[in-house]
Amino acid sequence: MDNLTMIAVASIVIGGLTISLGAIGPALAEGRAVATALTSLAQQPDASATITRTLFVGLAMIESIAIYCFVVSMILIFANPFWNHAIAQTAGK
Amino acid sequence: MRLTPDQLIFWQHGFFKVNATMAFTWGLMLVLAAGSRLVTRQLSVGLERSGWQNLLEMVVTGIETQIQEVGLSQPQKYVGFLGTLFLFIAAASISTVIPGYQPPTASLSTTTALALCVFVAVPFFGIEEEGLGSYLKSYTKPTLLMLPFNIISELSRTLALAVRLFGNMMSGAMIIAILLTITPFLFPILMTMLGLLTGMVQAYIFSILAAVYIAAATRVRKPKAVTP
Repeated sequence: MDNLTMIAVASIVIGGLTISLGAIGPALAEGRAVATALTSLAQQPDASATITRTLFVGLAMIESIAIYCFVVSMILIFANPFWNHAIAQTAGK
Repeated sequence: MRLTPDQLIFWQHGFFKVNATMAFTWGLMLVLAAGSRLVTRQLSVGLERSGWQNLLEMVVTGIETQIQEVGLSQPQKYVGFLGTLFLFIAAASISTVIPGYQPPTASLSTTTALALCVFVAVPFFGIEEEGLGSYLKSYTKPTLLMLPFNIISELSRTLALAVRLFGNMMSGAMIIAILLTITPFLFPILMTMLGLLTGMVQAYIFSILAAVYIAAATRVRKPKAVTP
């Protein structure tokens, strides 16, 4: 297996692993957050504006972790710096 | 495959180039500025007013209410900055219904610029409200030990603002592009609708987070506000 193939295989496998493992935590956390918010909405419908705003801000914070994983996997697949470097080296030879 | 609209270049002359991000940013700015200029040219204070003036008044008062609920007691001071952030990001994501349009917020350059604006605006408003010494003292707030962590959090939340908006907008465009090759007709339309929703939510979140950061910087010395 030459260098290019190895870089390609590693990038694709790690890209898939990044997004799949990185989605587990935020998914559980968002489920918990929404469930708790729904409980408190049912208990105190008067405070719905505050609860909804806090929920949205918190969900954005949690979701950004999954977004980081997504950005990393997109970089690995579509804009891999090592791949470009290896291509340039092969072309230069 | 294009990852960002930076890679779509319309015009190039040597070092200078006009890519899709710049073109659409300036287009949006033109539409927003000219539109609000047109509407505010003939304002009326009576009961009879045009529909457009009603719309703008709804938007401005809505933004002011949201800013006030976060804890900034004088929303008129901040509505210029926070409202512009919200309107620009919202317009950038709503315009994705136009064919051929690429949201400029799907480029990391645009979102970094917006996040840097927040990064500069937070100390600006904080110093304006509290004075320089008192604002700088807030970095050592619980103890002096927390100084490096406060500085790191300042930097990392700027990075988080930029990457969150970029990732959300970029993923919307990317998923639609991937789905177009797999299930061409119906599914991309549904994802476009979902993308419009997430675009609005992200615009709301970006401006609310900026408001929260400014609120945290401007009420350092005041007695603890009653949290609802």
